[in-house]
Amino acid sequence: MSQTATVSRAGVIEVLRQRAYKIRRHALRMGEVQGQGYVGQALGIADVLAVSYFHALKLDPKNPDWEGRDRFLLSIGHYAIALYAALIEAGVISEEEIEDYGSDDSILPMSGMADYTPGMEITGGSLGHGLGIGVGMALGLKRKESTSRIFNLLSDGELNEGSTWEAVASAAHWKLDNLIAIVDVNDQQADDRSSTVLNYEPIADKWVAFGWETYRVDGNDLEALVEAFDSALASDSNKPRVIICDTLMGRGVPFLEERDKNHFIRVDENEWSVALKQLDEVYGVQ
Amino acid sequence: MSAKKKLKTSAMIASIAGEDQPTTAAPFGHALVEAAGKNPKIVGMTADLGKYTDLHIFAQAYPDRYYQMGMAEQLLMMAGAGMAREGFIPFVTTYSVFASRRAYDFICLAIAEEKLNVKIVSALPGLTTGYGPSHQATEDIAIFRGMPNLTIIDPCDAVDIEQSVQAMVDFDGPVYLRLLRGKVPRVLDRFEGYQFEIGKAKRLLDGEDALIISSGLMTMRAIEAADELREKGTNVAVLHCATIKPLDTDTILAEVRRYPERPVFVAENHSIIGGLGESIASLLMKEGVSVKFNQIGLPDEFLDAGALPTLHDRYGISTKEVIKTLKQHVA
Repeated sequence: MSQTATVSRAGVIEVLRQRAYKIRRHALRMGEVQGQGYVGQALGIADVLAVSYFHALKLDPKNPDWEGRDRFLLSIGHYAIALYAALIEAGVISEEEIEDYGSDDSILPMSGMADYTPGMEITGGSLGHGLGIGVGMALGLKRKESTSRIFNLLSDGELNEGSTWEAVASAAHWKLDNLIAIVDVNDQQADDRSSTVLNYEPIADKWVAFGWETYRVDGNDLEALVEAFDSALASDSNKPRVIICDTLMGRGVPFLEERDKNHFIRVDENEWSVALKQLDEVYGVQ
Repeated sequence: MSAKKKLKTSAMIASIAGEDQPTTAAPFGHALVEAAGKNPKIVGMTADLGKYTDLHIFAQAYPDRYYQMGMAEQLLMMAGAGMAREGFIPFVTTYSVFASRRAYDFICLAIAEEKLNVKIVSALPGLTTGYGPSHQATEDIAIFRGMPNLTIIDPCDAVDIEQSVQAMVDFDGPVYLRLLRGKVPRVLDRFEGYQFEIGKAKRLLDGEDALIISSGLMTMRAIEAADELREKGTNVAVLHCATIKPLDTDTILAEVRRYPERPVFVAENHSIIGGLGESIASLLMKEGVSVKFNQIGLPDEFLDAGALPTLHDRYGISTKEVIKTLKQHVA
């Protein structure tokens, strides 16, 4: 690799690092407004969303329904706070909406729904739906001879749902090379650690066995993410692709990273300002 | 040993047609081919039941518009939703038991909540197979009636099915249709000018002695019963209510009020719980209409396996049994 390319790559990473910081910040501010929210997941997935929205996806922020866009499907409705943060950072949603997050008549309900929010492609929340919808959309895009792609962000908990695996098998059967699944492995679901509730490890082996081009990376390592996304998108394989991302809930806010992990990280009323301050410090912002 | 030969359990593709009754083979499949010729957005998708839902006719005509999704009904509904999102009009087929019992959440959240343009066409509604409870969708309407945004159609015969296909294409939104497949009786073309319309009940026969409000194949039974009773001087009206939801309340109320003394029978190929009968009972009560009211439908039980004619007699939905019920209540 030439020196110029290396510098350029470092530049790309630095830009994404700033985007991830802002996504984390928007999410924390929404949590502060509502006094609650799935901020643990949002902090954990922020780097993946930064790479998705500011490196991988084709989109027109002023026209979120643009036919030529890549479709990003959030099947994990409770991660909406994270996706809103990314959509705000991308300019699809106005930053002012943060103040209404989760309130009556807000366009940012706590669980993501297609009818409420620009850029929210599907109604999530009933887990195990997103990837199957993605299969249908990917088939539809091929019918239209479109070069757009489907991205579906799902969680390790969602792998418990049998419907997810119907979709996994189908995508490989139909050779949906325009479908990219992103699995957030934070090893937490409602009752306990994912590996304790229903162990799906070795996760990557299962996707490989089903016929997917499979990547597994540290989902909080921007360089590793960029490399995986670039490889997945550049590949000329006719397989669907999956990028399995190991993430840390609460990432970027040290006291939340260390807090007892569960599905819903508790943040007390007086801790939101502390969280924002710590996040700023981690990113060297005064 | 009984001298009477026992009837054998019906094959899965048992026809509900009577002897010498005119039928049409695979009306859904042929009607879909015709509609698809006019509308390139139509695609067909199935969960390993193409041949058993008459979708194979479409597959032969348009192989590149046919999607075999495997024996995975949840996926079928999700993928149908995805196709609709991309602007297509997917006709997705399976059996009624699997659509209602297995795929409910996927129809509800992935399709109905967003009013997506998916047409769910499911075979073996109610008691149309002798295979037993695994395949007898006796409560599918009860399951689906509570789902917002979903239109529910229970066609009577081949005529209804042919006309409903185009009506579904013209209608923007999710629909659940209870399909009769294979050799399907043709009975409605004797009624001049009959036209299926989503959301409309149609009076087929008039009579001042009793009113049958019916859907699906029970409209055929109602007509047969009315024909026979008329010969004996009892005049029975038949109101065919092929759309279960939204209910054509105006027509039903007007018809019931036309002869306030006339006993009302609601006949359906479905459990007496949660179907057309309860739907109409609740309508009449809300509107303060007091009439003699009876239901002709399947009991709240898991039904027996056996030959279809035997079972239709046993559970009171054969023409013979419908006549018996009417005679009990009509002076």
